[in-house]
Amino acid sequence: MSSTDISMTRDTHHVHVEHDEHHHDQNFFEKYIFSLDHKTIAKQYLFMGILWAFVGGFLSILFRLQLGWPEATFTFLEPILGGWIQNGKLDPEFYLALVTMHGTIMVFFVLTAGLSGTFSNFLIPLQVGARDMASGFMNMLSFWIFFVASVIMFWSIFIETGPAGGGWTVYPPLSALPEAIQGSGDGMTMWLISMGLFIVSQLLGGVNYITTVINLRTKGMSMTKLPLTIWAFFLTAIVGLLAFPVLLSAALLLIFDRSFGTSFFLSDIYIAGQALANTGGSAILFQHLFWFLGHPEVYIVIMPAMGLASEVIATNARKPIFGYRAMIGSLIGITVLSFVVWAHHMFVTGMNPFLGSVFMFLTLIIAVPSAVKVFNWLATLWRGNIRFTAAMLFAIGFVSLFISGGLTGIILGNSALDIQLHDTYFVVAHFHLVMGASAVFGMFCGVYHWYPKMFGRMMDEKLGYIHFWFTFIAVYLVFMPMHYIGIAGFPRRYYNWTGFETFNIFTDLNTFISIAAILGFAAQFIFLFNFVYSMFRGRRATENPWHSNTLEWTTPVLPGHGNWPGEIPTVYRWPYDYSKPGATEDYIPQTVPFSKTQSSNLPNERDFE
Amino acid sequence: MVMANIPIEEENDRGGVHPLKFSLWLIIISIIMMFAAFTSAYIVRREEGNWLEFELPNILLINTIVIILSSVTMQLAQNSARDNNMGKLKLMLGLTFGFGIAFLIGQWYGWADLVQHNIYFGGTGSNPSGSFLYVLTGVHGFHLITGLVFVAIVLRSSLKYKVHSKKMLRIQLCTVYWHFLGGLWLYLYVFLRLNH
Repeated sequence: MSSTDISMTRDTHHVHVEHDEHHHDQNFFEKYIFSLDHKTIAKQYLFMGILWAFVGGFLSILFRLQLGWPEATFTFLEPILGGWIQNGKLDPEFYLALVTMHGTIMVFFVLTAGLSGTFSNFLIPLQVGARDMASGFMNMLSFWIFFVASVIMFWSIFIETGPAGGGWTVYPPLSALPEAIQGSGDGMTMWLISMGLFIVSQLLGGVNYITTVINLRTKGMSMTKLPLTIWAFFLTAIVGLLAFPVLLSAALLLIFDRSFGTSFFLSDIYIAGQALANTGGSAILFQHLFWFLGHPEVYIVIMPAMGLASEVIATNARKPIFGYRAMIGSLIGITVLSFVVWAHHMFVTGMNPFLGSVFMFLTLIIAVPSAVKVFNWLATLWRGNIRFTAAMLFAIGFVSLFISGGLTGIILGNSALDIQLHDTYFVVAHFHLVMGASAVFGMFCGVYHWYPKMFGRMMDEKLGYIHFWFTFIAVYLVFMPMHYIGIAGFPRRYYNWTGFETFNIFTDLNTFISIAAILGFAAQFIFLFNFVYSMFRGRRATENPWHSNTLEWTTPVLPGHGNWPGEIPTVYRWPYDYSKPGATEDYIPQTVPFSKTQSSNLPNERDFE
Repeated sequence: MVMANIPIEEENDRGGVHPLKFSLWLIIISIIMMFAAFTSAYIVRREEGNWLEFELPNILLINTIVIILSSVTMQLAQNSARDNNMGKLKLMLGLTFGFGIAFLIGQWYGWADLVQHNIYFGGTGSNPSGSFLYVLTGVHGFHLITGLVFVAIVLRSSLKYKVHSKKMLRIQLCTVYWHFLGGLWLYLYVFLRLNH
C-alpha cells in the first residue's frame, strides 16, 4: 500500500515510442525474471501456483495416510519427514501442521494467487484490448512480493518446531500463545509475516486489475461487451480490495498479541495453573475480523473459475452464453452478498440466535445468484454443438462439482442444522466440492483452453481426457463418503479417532477415501507431464485454435510485448456470437463490424451496419 | 523497468481519469478498509466491557492542527505548480514536509505522554483501550511516512524543475494522497474523541 510512489517517468523516453518498440533488446532478467509484461507475470504465477498445488496436495496425502490407516506404521516416510515420524507414527502436532498448511497453501497460494494471478494477469489486457496492465511495475512488484511470501511460507515447513498448526483460520488464543502447541511458535510467526506480504501482493495485483478493466478498454469495448471472464476477474479484484485489508488488520493485531504483549484477543487464560497477564481481549473479535475476509475469500476463489468456465462453455458449446446480463447480475449479487454473510461461520460461538437467523437468511439468498449461474450454464449446454475438448470437460466438471457442493451449502447455512454439522467432515466435503475442487477444475479448464496462447503449442488432448476422468472420479470418491461420516458427527482435525467407539465403524470408509485421494493425486502427474512436455513438443497452435470470438485470439500465436503488432483492434460486438443464423461460419469475432455480416444481422443490429 | 513501460503507458492514456490516479484511489480504498476494520473492532471490543477509560493526550489536538496546515501548504504547492511559480512551489513542498515531520514528532510526544500516565501498548497492566490507541496512531504514522517519502520525491523533482503546469501528474497524485492522510487522521481524531 505504501507503493503509491511508483515511478512515473513518462518524460525520459518519449522519442522511441512508435518506431522501435519491438527492437528494444531486453536482457534475460528483464525478459524472464523481473519482467513487466503481463503475460510473463501470469506465467510466473502459473508456475508458482502449480508448484504450490503439488506441495499442498502432497501434504494432504500425508494426513490421509494417517486417517486411512491409523494403526499402520509409516517408517518408510522417515527419509522425507525425519523427526516428525516417531516409532513409525506421525507426530500428532505435525498432523495439525499438515492440515493447517494444506488449507493455507490451497486457499491462498494456489486458488487465490495461482488462479487470479495467472488468469487475471494473462487475460485482462488481452481480452479488453490493452497493451499491458495499467502499471507494469506494480504488477511485477505484486509477483515478487508473492514470491517472498511463498519462500517464507515454504521455509516455515522445515523449521524445527514445524509450520503453523492452529488451522488455516489461525484462531487465537491457540495461535496467539507459543506455549500452546509447537505450531504456535516460530512457524506461526512466519505464517503471519508471509500472509502479511501475501495480502500486500494481492492488493497491488487487484488495484491493477480494476484499473485496467476500467481505464484501458479498447475502442468499442463497453462494459456490456466484456467477456464474462473479465467481469469475474474485475469483481473478484473488488472483493479482494475490500476484504484483504481487513485480514491484514486482524493479522497485525495478532502479531502484536503474540510478540508485543498486547491483549486484543486474549483474556483470562491459565497455562498449567498460572494465569497469564493478558486481560480484556476477545477471541470472538478475531473470528469476526477473520471471517469478514474469510468468507469473501471463498468467492475470490470461485468467481474467476466461474468466469473461465462461462467462456469455455460458450466457446465449446458453439452457442451464445445463455443470459449474459443475468450472468453479470448474478456475479454482482454474489459480490455484494459475500460481505454480509461472514457470521455463518460462527453460528456456534454463542451468537445471539436472532443475529444467527439474519445471517442464515442472507446466506441462503446466495443460493439465488448461484442457481442463476448454474441454470445459465446448463441452458448454454442445452442442445449445443458441443466439442468435448479437455478444457470443456473440466468446465462441465466444474459445473457438476459446483452443484454437488452447493446443495450441501444450503444445509450448512441453516443455523440450527449447523449445530450438528459444525466442524465435521460434512463441512470438509462441502467446501472441498463447492470451492476447492470446483476452483481447481476451473483452473485446469483455463490452463487447457489458454495454453496455446500462453506457449504457442497445444496440450495433448488424450492425456487431458485421462487426467480429467481420473481427477473427476477421484474427487467424487473422496468427498461423497465424507458427507456420511460428517452427518455421523465425525469431527475435523482429529489426529486419532480409533479410540472413539462411535467412529470406529468408519475405518473402511476412511481407508477408501485415502485410496481415492492417492489415486487423484497421482493423476495430477499426468497433467504435469502434459504441461511440461507440450511446452517443448506439443503440436504447434494456430492463432485461434478454438474458433473463439474474444480479442486474445486476434493476436499472433505468441503475442510479443504490447500484444498486437499493429494497432489495437476495435470491438464492434459482444463476445458470444456463436452459431449465429445466416452467418458463414459458426463464430464471429468481436472485431468484425456489423457491416461485414449483413446476412446474419438481427433487426436491431441493422442500425450499426 | 522504465524502458519497457513507456510505449504502453503512452497508448494507455485514453482520456478520462489517468490510470495511476485511479489506482491511487483504489489503494486509498484499501487503506480505508484497514482502518474501518480497526475502528469497528474498537467499537465492538469497547461494548464488551473491561475497558480502561483515560484522557487523550492534549498534544493530539496540536498535531491535528499541524496536519491540517500541511494539507493547506500541499494544496498551495499544487496551485503554484499549476501557475509555474517555482519558488513558491519549492517553499510550500518544503513546508509540507516540515509539517509532516512535526506531526510525527508530535505523535511521538503523544505516546510519551501516554506512557507517563501508565497507558502502555502491551505487557502487564495494559488494556486493549490503550493498545488500540497505539495501533491506530502507529499504523496511521506508518502511512504518513510513506506519504512523506512521496512528498520528498516530488520535492526532489521540483528542485530539478520537473514539476510544472505541463507535468502535474506526480504532484497531483501526491496531493491526493496527502489530503487523504490528513483526512484519515481527522477521522481518527474525531473517532477517538467521540469514543472516550
